[in-house]
Amino acid sequence: MSDAIWYVIGSLADIPARGARTVRIEGLEIAVFRTADDHVFALENRCPHKGGPLADGIVHGRKVACPLHNWVIDLESGRATGADEGCAVEYPVRVDAGEIRLCVPAARAAAE
Amino acid sequence: MKKLVVIGAGMASGRALEHLFEADPAAYEVTLFNAEPRGNYNRIMLSPVLSGEKSYEEIVTHDDAWYAANKVTCRFGERVTAIDLARKVVVGTEGEVAYDKLLVATGSAPFIIPVPGKDLPGVVAYRDLEDTNAMIEAAKPGARAVVIGGGLLGLEAAAGLRLRGMEVTVVHLMGHLMERQLDEAAGYLLRKDLEKRGITILTNASTKAIIGSGRVEGVQLDDGRTISADLVVMAVGIRPETTIARAAGLEVARGIVVTPQMVTSDPDVLALGECVEFQGQLFGLVAPLYDQAKVVAATLTGKGASFAPKELSTKLKVTGCDLFSAGDFSEGSNREDIVLRDPARGVYRRVVLEGDHVIGAVMYGDTAEGSWFFDLIRDKADVSAMRDTLIFGQAYQGGSPLDPMAAVAALPDEAEICGCNGVCKGTIVAAVKDKGLTTLEEVRAVTKASASCGQCTAKVEQVLAVTLGDAFKGSARKTMCKCTDLTHGEVREFIRSKSLKSIPAVMQELGWKTSCGCASCRPALNYYLVCDFPEEYQDDGRSRFVNERLHANIQKDGTFSVVPRMWGGLTTAAELKAIGEIAEKHQVPLVKMTGGQRVDFLGIPKERLTAIWKDLNDAGMVSGHAYSKGLRTVKTCVGKSWCRFGTQDSMGLGVKLEKLMCGSWTPAKVKLAVSGCPRNCSEATVKDIGVICVDSGYDIHVSGAAGLHVRATDLLCHVDTEEEALEVSAAVLQMYREDAFYLERVYKWTERVGLDTVKAAIVDDPASRRAYHERFLVSQKVAQVDPWAERVAGLEAQEFTPIVIEPRLAAE
Repeated sequence: MSDAIWYVIGSLADIPARGARTVRIEGLEIAVFRTADDHVFALENRCPHKGGPLADGIVHGRKVACPLHNWVIDLESGRATGADEGCAVEYPVRVDAGEIRLCVPAARAAAE
Repeated sequence: MKKLVVIGAGMASGRALEHLFEADPAAYEVTLFNAEPRGNYNRIMLSPVLSGEKSYEEIVTHDDAWYAANKVTCRFGERVTAIDLARKVVVGTEGEVAYDKLLVATGSAPFIIPVPGKDLPGVVAYRDLEDTNAMIEAAKPGARAVVIGGGLLGLEAAAGLRLRGMEVTVVHLMGHLMERQLDEAAGYLLRKDLEKRGITILTNASTKAIIGSGRVEGVQLDDGRTISADLVVMAVGIRPETTIARAAGLEVARGIVVTPQMVTSDPDVLALGECVEFQGQLFGLVAPLYDQAKVVAATLTGKGASFAPKELSTKLKVTGCDLFSAGDFSEGSNREDIVLRDPARGVYRRVVLEGDHVIGAVMYGDTAEGSWFFDLIRDKADVSAMRDTLIFGQAYQGGSPLDPMAAVAALPDEAEICGCNGVCKGTIVAAVKDKGLTTLEEVRAVTKASASCGQCTAKVEQVLAVTLGDAFKGSARKTMCKCTDLTHGEVREFIRSKSLKSIPAVMQELGWKTSCGCASCRPALNYYLVCDFPEEYQDDGRSRFVNERLHANIQKDGTFSVVPRMWGGLTTAAELKAIGEIAEKHQVPLVKMTGGQRVDFLGIPKERLTAIWKDLNDAGMVSGHAYSKGLRTVKTCVGKSWCRFGTQDSMGLGVKLEKLMCGSWTPAKVKLAVSGCPRNCSEATVKDIGVICVDSGYDIHVSGAAGLHVRATDLLCHVDTEEEALEVSAAVLQMYREDAFYLERVYKWTERVGLDTVKAAIVDDPASRRAYHERFLVSQKVAQVDPWAERVAGLEAQEFTPIVIEPRLAAE
C-alpha cells in the first residue's frame, strides 16, 4: 500500500519562472518551483529550520531563500546550504510535453 | 532489385540516400515523393536567401542530374495520401507504388498559434521556399512586418526582412530572446545587437489576435497594444508531421516512434528526421539528423548501427550577431559557473562545470572558442588542471596557476589594468607613489582606472596593495554581494552614468560574476531601477521579497497579516463597523492595534487575501503598505484641534503627509510621526522623519530609530508653514531614495553621508529642494495606485491560489 502515483498538476505556464506554486495533494502541501531556465523541482512546503513556506521565497539559480529567516535551500536535494543544516523532503517531478507531473505516495489518502 | 520508397525529400532523407548509394548503389530501386515541387535543398540556408545574400540555386543539394545518375524515380509536387502496411504500398495522388522497404521522412509542420485571424492572407510560416518567396514578395522597403516568436527561426526571419528594408517588430512570449538556447545575459546582448539594426523587440508579449479585413493589417497583444503589419511571420515552433504515419497505424507518440536502428513499429518501415521521436526526444537541428541518416543507410544495407543522440550546439545565422550555445547551462548545486564579461566589447562567456567536466557553454560577442568548449563537453574531458584559466580559452592553457596578488605583482608596467580608460599598471603605481594615494577611491579619482564599468575594481585594488605593501590598510569596501566586486554606491552611480535600465543590462555592463544574480543583489537592483527610471522600468516581482510581492506580511506559520490604511491614524465609526463585520465574516483569528495606530488582521491564509481586500476596498479602505519598503505610517496626536497644549493641526498635517508620500518604494521602511507640541505624544523623535509642531511653525527632524537600535532624531530645519513642511519632508525622502543603499534605514544613511550634506541639499539650496520634490512627484505618479484593488481585479491571480489536486479514489 505504498504505491506512488504520478499526478498531472498543470502546465509549465501555471508556475511563474523564478517562482513557485503551492500544490495541495493527498493531504500534503508541496512547493513546486520553476527556475529561470524552466527546470521544475518539488519540495515539501516547509523549511527545515522553522517550517517556513518555501514556495513564497525568492528563487535564484537552483536555490530558494526561505521567506521567514533567509535559510537558503537547494532545490535539487532539499538540503540547507551554507552553515545551516537540515533537509526538506523532496518529491519526484517532471515535465512531459509541457505538463508537470508530480509523484506522491498514494498510501496516505487510501488509508484514511 | 528491392524497392525502396522514400516519403519526403528533405535534408535528412537526402543524406540517407547519399550514404545508401555510397554503400551499395545496386541495393535498391528508389522512388522519392516530395510534396514540394522540387528536390533536396539546404533548408538551413533559407535565411541567407531571405536576406538576399544567396539565391535558391546556390542552396540546391541534389539537382536533376544527381537524381538521374542514381536512377531515382522522382515524384515531386505529389502528395502521399496513405500508406498501406498490409499490402506494402504507398498511395500518392497520381497512383500507388509498392515497396520492400519504406522510409518516412515527412519532417515537421510549423506550429500555428490558434488566434483569431491566423488564416488571413499575409500571415506566413517560415518553413520552406514557398514561405521564403512569399516573404520576399511582401518585403517592400518601408512595409511593416511582425514576427511572432523570438527563437532561432523567428530572429533569422526578422533580420532577413530588416535587410530587405522592412520595419520589423519581433513579438516574443518569454522574458528574453532564444530562451531555450541562451541565458538572460546573452539574451540581453542579442537584443541590443538586433535593436541596433533597427528591429523592435517586444518580450513578455502575448499575441491575442491577428487583425485585418480581407488581409492582415496588424497584431493585437494581450496587453491591448496593436502593432500594424503588412506581413505577419509565425515562427513559434514546429511539430513533427505524423498525419499519414498515424493514419497508417504506425506507433506515434509526439513523433513517429523509432528504435536505435531507426525502424518504426513496422519492421519494413523506417523513419528519420524531424518527424521521429527517439527515447522521448524530438529533433530539430541538423547534426542528429545526419547521424540518423547514417544509421538508416546501415540498416537498409543490413549492417548493424545504432543511433545515439549527442550534445548539440547552436549558432544563429545572422551576420554580426555572434552567439553560441551548447550542452546544459542551467544552474545546480553540484555545478559551478565561470563567467567572463567584457562590457566594452559586448562579450559574454559562461562555462558550466559539473565536477571536473564542462557540461555547457553560452557565449555571445566572441564565439571563436565555441568549438573548443564544445569538444570539451562532447569528450567529457577532465579540465581540473586548467580550471583557473579555462574561461579564457584554448590559447591560455598550459601555464601554471598563480594567486591573483602574485599575478598582479608579476605584471609588467605596461600591462593594461583598466580597458575602458586605457590605464596601465605603471600609471597606477606612479600615481600611488607620487601623490601618496592610499585608497581605491583616490586611485580612481586620479587615474580614472575602474571609473567606467568598474569590472577591474578588484584588480586596481590589488595593484594598490602590491604598491603600498604593508602600508596598505586593507579593503574598507563592502561589496554588494558575491556576484560583484562593486559596492552599492558604485552600482548606483554606474546605473545612472551608463543609463542601465534593466537587471540584465546592469549585470552585463558591470560585469556580474554570476549569470543572474542572487537573493541579495536582485532585490537591490530592482529597487535601484524602480527608483531611477520610475516611468520606464517594469518592476520585477520575482526579485522582491514575498511581503512586497503579495502586499501582506508573512507570519511565522505562513499566514499573512492585513493592515488597511488609516490616514494619519484617523478612522470613523462607519470604517470601524465595516472592519468589525469583515473580521467576523472572514473569521479573522486575531485583530490588534499596531504601534503605528492601525488595525491589524492576523492569521489570514494566502488564498483569502484578495477576498478580504475586496471587502475592505468596498468599504473605502486601501492597502496600508505595512509590508513595504516605503512609507508605512504617519502617527499623529490630536494637536490643537482638541489638546489644550496643541500648537498646530498635527492630525491634518499627518494626513496630508501620508497622502503625499505613500506609494513609492524606498530603500528600507519609512515611518513618520507628527506631534502637536514638544511633549511629543506621537513619538516623533524616534521616527525616520518626525515633525514637531511649535508655536512658531514646524521643526522637522530626521534619523530617529526605535528598533534594535534606539536613536533620537536630529533637527533638520525649522519651517514656518505647513506647505514648507510638506515640501521639505518629500524632498528629504526623495534624497534618501536616490542616495541610500538598499536596506539602509534613514538614520544609517545620514550617519554615512553626514547630516550637513542633507542640510546643504534640502535646507540651504531651495532650487535643489524643489528639484528633489519634483522628482518625488514624478515617481508618485506611477506608484500611487492601490495594489490591493489591482489584485482584486485579477492581477497576478496565480500568486494567491494554490493548485489543489483531488486524490484519485483508491482502486481497491
